[in-house]
Parts: sequence; C-alpha cells; structure tokens
Amino acid sequence: MSFLTLSITLIFVLIPILLSKTLRLGLEKDTIIATVRSIIQLLAVGYILKFVFDSESLFYIFLMVTLMIVVATHNAQKKGAAIKGITWKVGVTLVFVEVLTQGILIGFNITPPTAQYVISISGMIIGNSMVLAILFLNRFTAEVDDHQDEMELILSLGGTPKQAIHSQLIKSIKASMIPTIESQKTVGLVQLPGMMSGQIIAGADPIQAVQFQLLIIFLLLTTAAVTSVMLGFLSYPTLFNDRMQLLRGK
Amino acid sequence: MNTSYKPAIHFHEVDYGVEDASILSKITGSFPKGRITTLVGPSGAGKTTLLKLCNGLISPQAGEIYIQGKNINEFAPVELRKSVGMALQSAPMVAGTVMNNLGLPLEIRGEKLSEEDGINLLHDVGLNEDVLNKKVKDLSGGQRQKVSIARTLVNRPDILLLDEITSSLDVTSLKEIEELIVKINQKYGTTIIWITHNLQQALTIGNYTWVMMKGKVIETGESELLESPVNEQVRRFVKGETE
Ligand SMILES: Nc1ncnc2c1ncn2[C@@H]1O[C@H](COP(=O)(O)OP(=O)(O)O)[C@@H](O)[C@H]1O
Ligand SMILES: [Mg+2]
Repeated sequence: MSFLTLSITLIFVLIPILLSKTLRLGLEKDTIIATVRSIIQLLAVGYILKFVFDSESLFYIFLMVTLMIVVATHNAQKKGAAIKGITWKVGVTLVFVEVLTQGILIGFNITPPTAQYVISISGMIIGNSMVLAILFLNRFTAEVDDHQDEMELILSLGGTPKQAIHSQLIKSIKASMIPTIESQKTVGLVQLPGMMSGQIIAGADPIQAVQFQLLIIFLLLTTAAVTSVMLGFLSYPTLFNDRMQLLRGK
Repeated sequence: MNTSYKPAIHFHEVDYGVEDASILSKITGSFPKGRITTLVGPSGAGKTTLLKLCNGLISPQAGEIYIQGKNINEFAPVELRKSVGMALQSAPMVAGTVMNNLGLPLEIRGEKLSEEDGINLLHDVGLNEDVLNKKVKDLSGGQRQKVSIARTLVNRPDILLLDEITSSLDVTSLKEIEELIVKINQKYGTTIIWITHNLQQALTIGNYTWVMMKGKVIETGESELLESPVNEQVRRFVKGETE
C-alpha cells in the first residue's frame, strides 16, 4: 500500500466526524485526537521495528520488550492504587509471564528467537497480560470494598487474612479469566482474529495462519491464568497488617 | 466505678482515629467480668469502633487495652478473637447454608462441625433443627441474628461483643434474644458487652452501662444511672433530645 492510498483511507475517519457533527455527538475532537495518535504511534513503531529487525541485535529486542512491560505496568497499576506496592507487583507479574511464555516457546523450539517473533508475540502477551491485570484489579478492589463485613466476620471468628479473603480472591481471579476463555470459544465463528487476518492479507497460507493463531490462543490462556493468580497472591497480603487487621481506606 | 468486680476488659487513655479524624479520645474505663454491660449513645458516638478495639480488629493509636488483665498486644490475634467473640446487627453470613455458617469457626481451624452439634447449637438459640439445611438467604431477620449468635458461641468465648443485634427485630424475636443472652451470661459466666439503642433494654437486661457521645465516655456505672442521670448531656440523651 502506498502512502497516497493510505491517505484515501482517511475517508473512514471523515464519516464518523461528519456523523458526530450532524448528530451533535460531540465526538469530533476525540476522533481526531485518536486518529492523529494512532498515525504517529503506529508509524513510529513501524520504523522502530524495521530498525530493530534489521539490526538483529539482542540488546534492542530486550529494550523493546522492557519498554512494553514498563508502559503496560504503568497502565495497569492505576487500577490498583489502593494496594500497596502495586507497581512492582504488576511489573513482576508481567516479567514472569513474559519469561515463562518466551522460555517455553524458545526452549521447545516452537518459535525462533528472532526479533520478528519475539517482539510480535511479546506484544500480544504483554498487552493481554495488562488487560487481565486491569480486569483483575478492578474486580478485586470492588469485591474487597463490598465484602468488608464478611471478611471481618472470618477474622473475628479467628480466621487468618488468607481465609478471610479467600472467596473474594477466587471470585476475582475467575471473573477476570472468563472473558479470555469465552472469547476463544467463538473465535473464527464471528470474527477472524486480527493477527490471522493480517497474515492472510499479507499472503500467508490460511492453514499456516490458523496454526499460528492457535499457538497465540493457547498462549493467551496461560497468560490469563498466570497473570490473575500471581497478581492475586501478590496483592492480598498488603490489605492486612501483621496484627491480622483489615486495612481500609485508599 | 464499681470495684467489686474484676474487669474483663480495661481501657486506659485510648485514642483512635482514621487519618486526621479523631474517632475515640481518651477512653478510660472497665467492663466488669461476668456481667452484662450495655453501651449506649447517639449514632456516630464511636460505639462500634470501641467494640472492634476489644477483639483486635483495629488497634488504638495511643493508650492501652487490657483483656483479663493482660495487655491486648501480648495476645496472638487468633487466640484473642476466639476468646472475645463478636456479633453484628448486619449478621454477615458466608454464602451457603446455616450448617456452612455454624461450621465456619471450626472450618477455619481445619475441623468439621457434626450435624448433631449443629442441631444442639440451633436448639441453644431457640431455633428448630430444620433450619440447619436452609440457605442463609432464605432466613428471616430474627433467624439470621440467632444463627449469627450461635456461630459466635462455637468458639466458647469468655467475652461476647454484641453490636445492636436486636435493632431490626420484631418484639417476639427481641425477647427471645434478650433471654438467650441473659442465659449465656448466667450459664457460662460470659462477660457481655452490648451496644443498644433501646434504653429500656439497657435498664432491664444490663447490669452496668457506659454512655458515649462524640468519641468520649460521658458516664459509666450501674444501669440505674440511666433512670436519674446526674450529667446534663446524659439527661438530654435519655430524654431523647440527642440523636
Ligand atoms: N474506617 C473508618 N473511616 C472513617 N471514619 C470512620 C471509620 N469507622 C468509623 N468512622 C467514623 O467514626 C465515627 C464513629 O463510628 P461508629 O463507631 O460506627 O459509631 P457508632 O457505632 O456509635 O454509631 C463515625 O463518625 C464514623 O463515620
Ligand atoms: Mg455502630
């Protein structure tokens, strides 16, 4: 695709802006900001990736992955502001998920350790891990706020913090994992995953594209489970002190 | 202060606050052992907060609390909470059946409540045994409150903290629960600390009383003090002018 062709695609941006103006939806400004941001961010990423792929340097791969983790951590930790040390807890979780998945992929020779594979797969893993962390933290914070009485009941009967928070923790872990599992049940039936469509458009064999997509789906299941469970078990102890008291307040 | 009873709980110059707000200040006084002490005062006075200090759900910023003569900080939290039981007006329940809830104190230490013990507990609080397998969400307010008390009794506490447990009950359930608490007090010598809005209840059931307002203890003494208060603030509260 040439840049001229690409600029014609701005028609798809004009349509929502015109609709927004006519119906007074007030979304023109946001649409324009979103468009400009996506152009700048994606072009920048494109050139950076080109540079990193051409250099084939491990250092740049490492730098890219680190940057992804830092940005994802920053986004996710906002949802857990009530939890002490949440930034490093999210960070450690993301690093662990990344190391675990890449370790298996490269260790079993499933994908080669080249920039092309490591960076694209890491992007998907870290992005999904971030979303899972946000889902988990949102739900967990709400569960804890809504069930203080139940948690204090268990403490007041002589229960430990772990016993007091057990049901809220399990509910939040489950709730955050369900969208991942559910969306994978209908994958391919309603919509083709973006990555697979992209590969097919770029000329890849559909079966190859499907195989790769399956790998990603399985990876995302692990990502979802490991992110929620690990973040859950890292987070809950900070809601209590060593006198087994529930700490409240933000 | 009545000196003929040993204190089950003693507060010495206790301050408690959250962030910058002071909730309790300079609380000093005793809860006599083996007796029923009522805790009265307008809402927001700090009564619930004071109960939570007694079983270590919260800790004071200043001052000392003694349980049976021993500093509260010397107790392991789990042991403290087993010997100082608590029941709340909201009677929180874990999801499931009455049996699940009665068994909770044992489940916490890896044991199991037998069906026979479950039924005995229900009888103790005046409930029928067919309640045992009911879901807690199907209980009436009175049944729920009784289950909550029965569950607290599983740990055989020496001290029982009750927070407005009869406020939302009809007259029949109210009388039953009053009788039950008096029976527990007499049969096991359990020290009772009972927050209530019902001054009549404080006079008839309670032996001793604490009047609290705005985070302070205004007066303590035999319950009769509520009949002819000396303190002007207490007089206004008893006449229903403060709420
Ligand atoms: N965790 C808390 N954070 C902030 N304020 C609190 C907290 N707990 C209690 N308070 C405040 O302390 C005061 C006393 O509360 P409470 O002990 O529940 O009173 P009472 O039981 O006598 O009605 C109230 O003004 C209440 O809003
Ligand atoms: Mg209260």
